[in-house]
Amino acid sequence: MDLSLSTRTEGDATVVVVGGEIDVYTAPKLREQLIDLVSSGNYHLVVDMEGVDFLDSTGLGVLVGGLKRVRAHDGSLRLVCSQERILKIFRITGLTKVFPIHTSVEEALSATD
Amino acid sequence: MPTVEIRFSPLPAHVRTARLMAVAVARRSHVDDSALDEVRLAVGEACTRAVRLHQRHAPSVPVLMVLNDDDGSFAIDVVDEGPYDAAPAEDGPELFLELESVAVEPDELSDGLPSGVVLAVISGLVDTVTVSPGPGRGTRVHMQWPAGPRAADTLTMEEHQLEYDLPV
Repeated sequence: MDLSLSTRTEGDATVVVVGGEIDVYTAPKLREQLIDLVSSGNYHLVVDMEGVDFLDSTGLGVLVGGLKRVRAHDGSLRLVCSQERILKIFRITGLTKVFPIHTSVEEALSATD
Repeated sequence: MPTVEIRFSPLPAHVRTARLMAVAVARRSHVDDSALDEVRLAVGEACTRAVRLHQRHAPSVPVLMVLNDDDGSFAIDVVDEGPYDAAPAEDGPELFLELESVAVEPDELSDGLPSGVVLAVISGLVDTVTVSPGPGRGTRVHMQWPAGPRAADTLTMEEHQLEYDLPV
């Protein structure tokens, strides 16, 4: 399965809905999307990963890169993910301490921490 | 004796093929269903690492993956031809904890994670993993999972060896 991407605006935030597999082949597409969003002034991103079937360390690298970019503009990057198999790689790498991870887009949008 | 061998050109697109094949053979080897996600992720990480190394150091040489089903265990070996570099895997995860304080150029991070992280992820996923010098100049990443008894159909067949060469 390839990667699917769509974006929508919710108030001050931009929700990026990701589906499919994020790996060494598809991750560049996600990276371009995040770079485009930040370049056009969207600094508060919510990445909805509920439709992601597979995520590897290349995908993690892209998300960390996105986080670095929005932080350079005092922005935020929140993840929406409740799938245990995806959360596992965040735990193994310690990234649960770096990304705010929410169980729904609504929760991510209303978070203020 | 290896059950399945696959050699693939070091292209990112082929990593998915390798993952699919590894999981299919693992399933056939009666690896527990709950471990199949780990197999998929671990083999993907190992192949991604190998593809990156080949692209840098040996772009015309295929990556080798060997799937071995024997004696109640299922093993995957991913062999690369990059320079041997067995970074201590356990150092990997800690790197992330320091991300907030480390000043790293965004471009540096967006193109991948600190080296050693991939092996760290594999170590976190797989109980039995060894990283050793490969038969060539590169690295052999060996991962192993418990597997059930052999499927009845394979008991009546001689050990077979398949080799796939994917198009460049």
